[in-house]
Amino acid sequence: MLTIEDLRVELAGKTVLQHIDLEIKPGETHILFGPNGSGKTSLLMTIMGYQQYRVTHGKIVFKGVDITHAPIDERAKLGIGMSYQRPPTINGLKTRQMIEICAGGKVDVEGLAKSLNFESFLDRDVNAGFSGGEIKRSELLQLKAQNPDLMLFDEPESGVDIENMALIGKTIAALLQKNVPVEGAGPMVEYKKHRNKMGLIITHTGYILEYVSPDKGQVLFNGVMACTGNPNEIFKCIKDEGYEECVKCAI
Amino acid sequence: MRDIDEMKEKALKAVDKKAMFGEDIDLDEYDRAYVPHQYMAEEEICTLPDDVQQRLVMSGLDLSEKERGGTYFQKDTTVVHCHSMEQGIEVIPMKEALEKYDWVKDYFWKLVSVDQDKYTASAYLELHDGYVIRALPGSKSVYPIQACLYLDKEGLQQNVHNLIIAEEGSELHIITGCATAPHMKRGVHVGISEFFVKKNAKLSFTMIHNWAEDMMVRPRSVGRVEEGAVFINNYICMKPVRSIQMYPTTYLDGDNATAMFYSVIVGSPGSDFDVGGRIWLNKTGCRAEIIQRAISNGGRIMNRGHLIGKAPDIKAHLECRGLILKGGIIDSIPQLEGHVEGVDMSHEAAVGKIAQEEITYLMSRGLSADEATSTIVRGFLNIDIKGLPEQLRAEIDRAIEASKEAM
Ligand SMILES: Nc1ncnc2c1ncn2[C@@H]1O[C@H](COP(=O)(O)OP(=O)(O)OP(=O)(O)O)[C@@H](O)[C@H]1O
Ligand SMILES: [Mg+2]
Repeated sequence: MLTIEDLRVELAGKTVLQHIDLEIKPGETHILFGPNGSGKTSLLMTIMGYQQYRVTHGKIVFKGVDITHAPIDERAKLGIGMSYQRPPTINGLKTRQMIEICAGGKVDVEGLAKSLNFESFLDRDVNAGFSGGEIKRSELLQLKAQNPDLMLFDEPESGVDIENMALIGKTIAALLQKNVPVEGAGPMVEYKKHRNKMGLIITHTGYILEYVSPDKGQVLFNGVMACTGNPNEIFKCIKDEGYEECVKCAI
Repeated sequence: MRDIDEMKEKALKAVDKKAMFGEDIDLDEYDRAYVPHQYMAEEEICTLPDDVQQRLVMSGLDLSEKERGGTYFQKDTTVVHCHSMEQGIEVIPMKEALEKYDWVKDYFWKLVSVDQDKYTASAYLELHDGYVIRALPGSKSVYPIQACLYLDKEGLQQNVHNLIIAEEGSELHIITGCATAPHMKRGVHVGISEFFVKKNAKLSFTMIHNWAEDMMVRPRSVGRVEEGAVFINNYICMKPVRSIQMYPTTYLDGDNATAMFYSVIVGSPGSDFDVGGRIWLNKTGCRAEIIQRAISNGGRIMNRGHLIGKAPDIKAHLECRGLILKGGIIDSIPQLEGHVEGVDMSHEAAVGKIAQEEITYLMSRGLSADEATSTIVRGFLNIDIKGLPEQLRAEIDRAIEASKEAM
């Protein structure tokens, strides 16, 4: 379980997040909405442990461990992973090697890559010259190899074409155990009990809602968690009325 | 005979001539006297002490010779092993070649001038030995030929002269490892190398340096590449050395000739590198590429690069990247010179540190900060050298890996 209590975060001397409360239980997936610059990426980076996002108030607890000030690699080892909106290029490091790093050892790189139509990129340097959509697949591939318990997705579908959207949607659903039977499980209601992966997904387009049935939706507005509710309803409200109106109605 | 007298005269005049770049060395402080060593049979090389073997392996030598087409091994001033197993490829000690074969004089000192500086002069006046490696027309070597220039005697100045000739349509790969004995600290290595890559031939020459803290090194090499031929020149030095200065130069003298220089240098504290590469693109359709990677752990690295475009439709690129990890200086001096319309020349140079963003990215995939840093450094040094046989590429990677372990 991930619990965030009354979190305040500063970035470059400016408060980017405040009064953030969030609780993701094992098996749950949450959707994070919010206009550009509202602090969505900042929240994910703070959970992942990026030091430039300075926590000035509140705490973050994951699996019972207070990780508010823990370094990134400790959080990764504890089971937190992220699919980035804008990951850096690493020259000279092949995507193939990166997948092995994510898996923490030998792994069926070809097989994993095949599932994301990414075989032909394995011998290219990590993110070097990848298109927007290719970066998303590369990030998912890494996350798949890493297989963490809490997955943070920063706009996994932006810039992705229709065909690849289905691939990405299904991959995320599978990662979050949304559509595959867990070993030893019986009917659908039973899957849910065995489901333990947690997800937090940022989306603008809402496409991902068609593939992953999320448990909760929240809207970040000006660095504050402005409303919580049924993700589909929230998305409809944002589409019909815009963020500002939507946030009003929720309050 | 007149020739020889003239050359000797020129050399004598240049014995005090300082080099254009690099710290000046007082050669009088070093011993150049002949050091006798026993010739070794193939199997004897494998019985050398472990620490010696290790130094040789780190310099790219395959002691079993299983994956090599031939071996030249010079210890101090003396040839201790020399033979070729490859059809159509000759490996001959320089002094023997000068005595036995008339054609050698057509190449000897034809590209490097004896009076360039005191080092070339010394190599002319007091030559110890060196190798002649020649691929006959149309011959293709399956395995690389290996050469080792080894220094064992404290305070020695080793004078070596090499000729590398790839005849028309041939393909030749050479790995030269230069190393000092485990106990050795101080000495000088002067190495003259002249490369002749004839029409449609392909030559790859990989040099791996593995010196000691007080070694002074002054290679002098010049290459000439004819029509449609390819010359790949790789240089790797990741070990401490007192001072290395070299500025290998290549003339692309035929249409569509290609030269590629790759270098990987790690500068430890107390090490001083002044390393360059100069390529003349003299005919249409010529291609040249210089790619340099430098890491400073407290050393001083000067990376020079000079491309000269003398004909239309040439393409030349220079890329120099430096990382300062633990102090030191990296000084990158790229130079482009276009002399006619229709040249396409570019360079990019960057000196910096490892991006924090890359470290944190890898940490979020489970690596510690240290592991992330070394992964990025490995990647940085991992240049894609084009046109090398897979086996040779693996060999270079292995040498880089071995040196990185010890970094
Ligand atoms: N390095 C920085 N220095 C100063 N301000 C920054 C820096 N990085 C981000 N910000 C600001 O922090 C705020 C929150 O940014 P954040 O990236 O979290 O937004 P977001 O909700 O993810 O937006 P988007 O939907 O566009 O991705 C923005 O106003 C942004 O400009
Ligand atoms: Mg964002």
